[in-house]
Amino acid sequence: MTGGALGLGVATMWLSLIVLLPLAAVVARSLDGGLEAFWDAVSSRQAVAALRFTLLISLAVTAINVVMGTLVAWVLVRDRFRGKRFVNALIDLPFALPTIVAGLTLLALYGDAIAYTRWAVLLALLFVTLPFVVRAVQPVLHELDREMEEAAHSLGASATTTFRRIILPNLIPAIISGAALAFARAVGEFGSVVLISGNVPFDTQVTAVYAYKQLESDNITGAAAVSVVLLLVSLLVLLGLRLLERRP
Amino acid sequence: MRALRVVALGYLAVMLVVPLGVVAYKTFEPGLGAVWESITTPAAIHAFWLTVEVAAIAVPLNAVFGVVTALVLVRSDVRGKRLLEALIDLPFAISPVVVGLALVLLYGRTGWFADLPFQVIFSLPGIVLATVFVTLPFVVREVVPVLREVGDDQEQAAATLGASRAQTFRRITLPSIRWGLVYGVVLSTARAIGEFGAVSVVSGKVSGETETLTLLVEKRFTNFDLAGAYAASTLLALLALATLVAMTLLNRRKDPA
Amino acid sequence: MISVSSATKRYGDFAALDDVSIDVEPGSLTALLGPSGSGKSTLLRVIAGLEEPDAGAVVLEGRDVTYVHPQQRGVGFVFQHYAAFKHLTVRDNVAFGLQIRKRPKAEIAAKVDELLEVVGLSGFQRRYPSQLSGGQRQRMALARALAVEPKVLLLDEPFGALDANVRAELRAWLRRLHDEVHVTTVLVTHDQEEAMELADRIVLLNHGRVEQVGAPRELYDAPASDFVMGFLGPVARVQGGLVRPHDVAVLVEPDGDGAVEAQGRRGRHRLPAAAGTGVQRRVTQDSGSSASGCSSAGRLPAARSASVTCSTTPRRLERTAIHTCCSGAALPA
Repeated sequence: MTGGALGLGVATMWLSLIVLLPLAAVVARSLDGGLEAFWDAVSSRQAVAALRFTLLISLAVTAINVVMGTLVAWVLVRDRFRGKRFVNALIDLPFALPTIVAGLTLLALYGDAIAYTRWAVLLALLFVTLPFVVRAVQPVLHELDREMEEAAHSLGASATTTFRRIILPNLIPAIISGAALAFARAVGEFGSVVLISGNVPFDTQVTAVYAYKQLESDNITGAAAVSVVLLLVSLLVLLGLRLLERRP
Repeated sequence: MRALRVVALGYLAVMLVVPLGVVAYKTFEPGLGAVWESITTPAAIHAFWLTVEVAAIAVPLNAVFGVVTALVLVRSDVRGKRLLEALIDLPFAISPVVVGLALVLLYGRTGWFADLPFQVIFSLPGIVLATVFVTLPFVVREVVPVLREVGDDQEQAAATLGASRAQTFRRITLPSIRWGLVYGVVLSTARAIGEFGAVSVVSGKVSGETETLTLLVEKRFTNFDLAGAYAASTLLALLALATLVAMTLLNRRKDPA
Repeated sequence: MISVSSATKRYGDFAALDDVSIDVEPGSLTALLGPSGSGKSTLLRVIAGLEEPDAGAVVLEGRDVTYVHPQQRGVGFVFQHYAAFKHLTVRDNVAFGLQIRKRPKAEIAAKVDELLEVVGLSGFQRRYPSQLSGGQRQRMALARALAVEPKVLLLDEPFGALDANVRAELRAWLRRLHDEVHVTTVLVTHDQEEAMELADRIVLLNHGRVEQVGAPRELYDAPASDFVMGFLGPVARVQGGLVRPHDVAVLVEPDGDGAVEAQGRRGRHRLPAAAGTGVQRRVTQDSGSSASGCSSAGRLPAARSASVTCSTTPRRLERTAIHTCCSGAALPA
């Protein structure tokens, strides 16, 4: 079918021009000074500290999102209360609100108490990643066969057993996919943390901000090298999601 | 159940509602006059229009591209479409800083395309490119499921009734995906207006020239003009709320059940 | 023994159950029969504890369980759409209730294998529900319900989602199973044929009320109301009364043109045939042993006074007196 091939051509051209070509440039430029320079840039103490902090805090954020996101989705689907539609609409706020505004907001709110600490970074990342798990779990929970739960009850399972053994296993794929997106977002997040983190090296500096600072101080290779690491994390997450979706 | 509700709603209140209230409060603390003044300075007005201009270029581009891509992914079975499908989400997973850096490395002073006849980095094309990059998947992601659900029965029926491909698309396909498309456009617009990281790297942040609204917020904050930063933030937050309202209304259109 | 007394359940203005009382004998197979919206599924769910009645009581084996959670009732429930645990294998589905009860592993394995044998699914242990046909899934669901040795087995339109062949097959199989296992069974169905074929007793419900309770034959032969009669088999209307088609007789009288006579619930109905109308008929001996063939169209023979059973609907008949008196239902072919 020529229409399909033409469409694929157009789509691929566009994607390549906008996304793939620039990313290729990052990878190429990170190797400008050879593999050794790349390794030096990636393994500098400050870069490693930033990366370690970024990954750890992103894992923490993801873990909290898994619990709270599932809980929120549960309440939004199964509970009935006044103003539910409003709350449901509110979930998307972090998607709609510019990240810099989110950062400024948190700074205004918790400024004196936690500004420029790791708690501040945690809070900012929790804010921007809040919708991912909720929005992934909600539709699955909505479509879940209620009779499965009734069957479990009639077979003698308590409410908690039913949740643990029947509901949760059916939600796991959705939870993982929401968590993966939240993780990817947290690892790369910039706008919401740039103001509130204070960007203290070896403490609150995240990799995205570190890369930004390298670029500002004209260390192109260094910026490109850590960017490649971030890129790899993104690719791994996407790849993992693909594999998860393939499973029956 | 009650305890769960309290925990969930409490979490949402602390995370979402309280911060929003605080910004509104901080904004109007100095009085309405001061707010009006700070969002009508020449720099602010220019930032506002630049933001609108960027969104007005980037969003339609992605809408067209998004529909074409969605049609390819759902309706055709050409080889290579799986790879396209896998790569389409890439911009969602990539750090905005990396996006900005990539554009600088491609179009900047020392970049591969440094010799273009017009300037890209530190000027409008760069900001637009960055915005197109970060908003690229939205329309595709919204239109694909709608196309899948609608199926191709109606399109085949139209074809048997003598409609050409173009006619079928315009009179059958497009109307059936319109709410999904609009939803994707709303999401893209919100992100285009709110994008900070990627734009901040490529724009150069020249006040009155390449400064968008989000960059204005940051500059005012770092220049200790807190009231001005909050005022611009509130403007952006209002746009975000408008987006939420649009999303809620569209969601009801998308599935009337 | 299941005993439901004065159960009432409303959904807004709609009365799903309106003062329903039934008793189910131990070891019996009872069908709750009725049109959709009659309250039969609600009644079953009330017995299982999946719904709580607004008023009334449910007693299982002498114990009032009206407000007892389904978890503690010891009932087996089978759903129309199987309610298979999609993420578990066939073996784990059947083992679920036993695992909840923390039975030893070996016992569970033995029990599961035995039950899968009974329902004809041995060899399917490692499959997932998505790899089974509808009929197989329902047999798995039955095995799952039976595994916990329930005091009562409750089936909610268990064959409703299956196609006709599988349905007939499973129906016969369930009857055999019940004859072997003898667990008190209540089955919800809207299919009168299914109820007649399977059940020892039928509870016929309509608009949330019990219309009649009895053995299938009883309900068929001595229906308590026109509704029961109409619901349980084909009926024809003769002079305003309902009759079974097989009770319609064409009478041939030596001096007249004949008549149509039918045995209805409230006595005999008789309608003389209009003079000179042509009737094509199939004559069977009174004994019903064999058909003696069809005579051609013409006047009813005035020779012998024999009652002939009208057992076909030939084309010409449609325009005769028999049609006008038998309107409203087809005579069985």
